[in-house]
Amino acid sequence: MRYVPYLLIAPFFLLFLVFGLFPMIFNGVVALRHWRLDDPELTGWAGTENFRRLLTDGDFGNALYNTFGIFLLSTVPQLLLALVIASMLNRRLRAQTWWRVGALLPYITPITASTLVFNVFFSRDFGMANWALGLLGIGTETPIDWRADKLHSWIAIATMVNWKWIGYNALLYLAAMQSIPRDVYEASALDGAGPWRQLWRITVPMIRPVVIFTVVLSTIGGLQLFTEPMLFDLNAQTARGGAGGEWQTVAQLVYKVGWKDLNLGYAAAMSWALFLIILVVAALNTLLTNRISGGRR
Amino acid sequence: MSAPSTTEARPRKPGTPPGGRRRTGAYGRAPQDTPAGVGTYLFLAVTTLFAAFPLYWMFVIATSTDEATAQVPPAVVPGDQFLVNLNEVFTLQDVYFAASLVNSVIVATTVTAAVLFFCSLAGFAFAKLRFRGSRPLMLFVVLTLTVPNQLGVVALYIVMGKLGWNGTLLAVIVPGLVTAFGVFYMRQFIVNSVPDELVEAARVDGATTMRIYWSVVLPAIGPALAVLGLLTFVATWNDFQWPLITLNGTDYPTSMVAISDLASGNYVIYRRVLAGAFVATVPLLVVLVIGGRRIVRGIMEGAVKS
Repeated sequence: MRYVPYLLIAPFFLLFLVFGLFPMIFNGVVALRHWRLDDPELTGWAGTENFRRLLTDGDFGNALYNTFGIFLLSTVPQLLLALVIASMLNRRLRAQTWWRVGALLPYITPITASTLVFNVFFSRDFGMANWALGLLGIGTETPIDWRADKLHSWIAIATMVNWKWIGYNALLYLAAMQSIPRDVYEASALDGAGPWRQLWRITVPMIRPVVIFTVVLSTIGGLQLFTEPMLFDLNAQTARGGAGGEWQTVAQLVYKVGWKDLNLGYAAAMSWALFLIILVVAALNTLLTNRISGGRR
Repeated sequence: MSAPSTTEARPRKPGTPPGGRRRTGAYGRAPQDTPAGVGTYLFLAVTTLFAAFPLYWMFVIATSTDEATAQVPPAVVPGDQFLVNLNEVFTLQDVYFAASLVNSVIVATTVTAAVLFFCSLAGFAFAKLRFRGSRPLMLFVVLTLTVPNQLGVVALYIVMGKLGWNGTLLAVIVPGLVTAFGVFYMRQFIVNSVPDELVEAARVDGATTMRIYWSVVLPAIGPALAVLGLLTFVATWNDFQWPLITLNGTDYPTSMVAISDLASGNYVIYRRVLAGAFVATVPLLVVLVIGGRRIVRGIMEGAVKS
């Protein structure tokens, strides 16, 4: 009966090897080959050709630029707001559970569905965003065309991302906040620290592991952004991310190169490059967050 | 109308553990003990409104005529055209929406059931059985959590092609049958909630390992099964990128891909698209109503341990 435990854990390892690890490694092999869906004759080693092509590919550079732009516009406000909401939820509240479940509404909503709602929201002529901005006196002369340039499309997409993940991150922060010893707050309050000061000087440093965790999570998620930029396009199937690629992300470009241009080899090289970039950025962000949230006491 | 500065904290809040010491006034208290003021409620009300609004507005447009999306100020009250719009979505010739919903149900329930079974089995083995290599193997499981699977997507497509699964639901179902997160989550729960003595006693009575799993472990991990089941169902139902790639061009994709098909073309009819999107969101709203409290707890527990 010694083999029974191995049988119980076998399904995970088998499936991971076949559909997780092997594709990851094989992806590297595909990236070094010619692999076209429309021309099966063209096979064989391409060497570093696919990777060299990346360096001079304007589309890839543009997609990388967009991805980082949207990533910055989404991650930073998202985590800051989540922090503020969590600290509000961390007070003695009536209907506590109700507020927490409410924060999860965006989390359960399919991104495909919410992106399409936001499409209506950000339409140029009859959109609610422009209507609301009009009330503030912005864009009353010429309504903002959210799909016309980089900055506006990035803001629109970042709004969707933020809407989706703020509540989720707030719950992660809340969980960590509840295990902070009460004495710390009591002592600091006696020293005259107000709620705002307590949040930045006590709460954030003490929940640092979770902050780092969310930074890494949203780095990995943000740099792989796919559904929102895909469906923000009024003609989604083109996968272009705007007429001039204003908001085309790398994940979207991988899809376009692989399944619209049918060049799987080049798409594989792109996704490998993205993987390496994610690793570097996630590591940098971890270091940075660690310094910022723990540098002072 | 801020906090009344009484020394007595009202003890009817079951969520907050009783503090050891109480000081006079709200000043020397931890945030957890400070009753929320009007400002807090106002702030939370506004953010909750923002969280709910897109869903509400999805319904507004799904129940309206075309004019609702083409007027200023925008409509904010639901119309009476829901059945009309729904009928259009379900009778479209080139998008088989009803079939796609059935596919989503098949995929999400199969994956959820399998994840619960396989992950609880593996979690049980890692938590309660002694075998060579169990520690490094568990470490391996945890490490796989950091691997973004999506980035092997080109090669995964080629693998599925070799198996002949592209364009079939198998390509969507099989890779999701067991997850590293599920194994990790189940192990944590079983370590804490199934006493070793119980397992030992069952073993002494001559129970086989599977028998122990079935009659000792399973009855004890109901809450964990519920949480993992809800989270898995939501994630599987909402998955878009991989189904889009592997089910590309097939007549019967999952509902998320069908929704994106509805929204592709030169002229998108939003009342119709969002009627479809709303129908595909309803099952998740039901999940939230049934298990909201549990999902919240699951997410929060997952955070503390990671």
